[in-house]
Amino acid sequence: MKEPRILEVRTQVLKKNDELARALRRRFADCGVLAVNLVSSPGSGKTTLLTDTLRRLLAEGWRAAAVVGDLETDNDARRLAESGAPVRQIMTHGCCHLEADMVDRRLQGWELEALDFLFIENVGNLVCPTSWDLGESVRAALLSVAEGEDKPLKYPGLFHTSDVALLTKIDLAAACEFDRAACLENLRAVRPGMPVLETSAKTGTGMTAWIEYLTRAKAG
Amino acid sequence: MHELSIARHAVELAAEQVRAAGYDRAAGITLRIGALTCVHKDALEFSFEVAARGTPLEGARLVIEELPVAIFCAACGETVELPGIQALRCPRCGAPSADVRQGDELELWSLEFSEES
Repeated sequence: MKEPRILEVRTQVLKKNDELARALRRRFADCGVLAVNLVSSPGSGKTTLLTDTLRRLLAEGWRAAAVVGDLETDNDARRLAESGAPVRQIMTHGCCHLEADMVDRRLQGWELEALDFLFIENVGNLVCPTSWDLGESVRAALLSVAEGEDKPLKYPGLFHTSDVALLTKIDLAAACEFDRAACLENLRAVRPGMPVLETSAKTGTGMTAWIEYLTRAKAG
Repeated sequence: MHELSIARHAVELAAEQVRAAGYDRAAGITLRIGALTCVHKDALEFSFEVAARGTPLEGARLVIEELPVAIFCAACGETVELPGIQALRCPRCGAPSADVRQGDELELWSLEFSEES
């Protein structure tokens, strides 16, 4: 008969993901590539913003690429590829977030040394991607002015783990009766000190500031 | 529904620990979940049952310890627990703080083995 006992484990549940993410982060650093994880709810404009971001970075002579997570379609990958940047699709088949091993597998055979920026467009979801480190250096949370100012309060986990927030579709602010002050206050309530950029990929508002933010982060 | 992915990872990790400790199965498992992870307790319990099927964790009693968020308030010079997750602000003096000391845990805390394990 075995002794009844309690074994203290005290280990991160997502240990495997965390270890793989750490390895990816090292690899990105060794290759000199800045990895950016874009998170938001569906429809906040991740793909539109990223397509324009890629286009602008390429025009400035940077080497940028993207991997994009989607449940079942490759629509986003095709839209992103219009920028001229190399794009790879991760089909998650119902999984509501990206995990480090999905990114790792999809990067196989890709020459990371030949890149300056790698964007990872997460699955549109404000809850599930929170706990999954993908090895990124920058986690950018997008919030469109059409979504409501209280989104950060409803989904504090995701905004709290992000390094920067982008208010997207700022050109629609008036039509959406967007309360800018309340939104900024809510963002800073869940992430004190977080930089916030107001952007419109459609009109170009704030895109220069976003590109500057990225190139500054790249310079470290 | 990230709880199913989390449950799968927890079961996989726990099963390795059970085997490494020389047992065939666990009688109980304790997870510690911080409020900032936005993990839904009921959903995790349901997911655990599904994920544990056919593993050394099948039938194990699941205990989920929920941890509130605590921040370090520089103004008060103390770590303070928050009543919710909607504002990282000291409940005493109102100062905002991103210095989270508790609340982002997602941990396999312990395993329990019985005589039949």
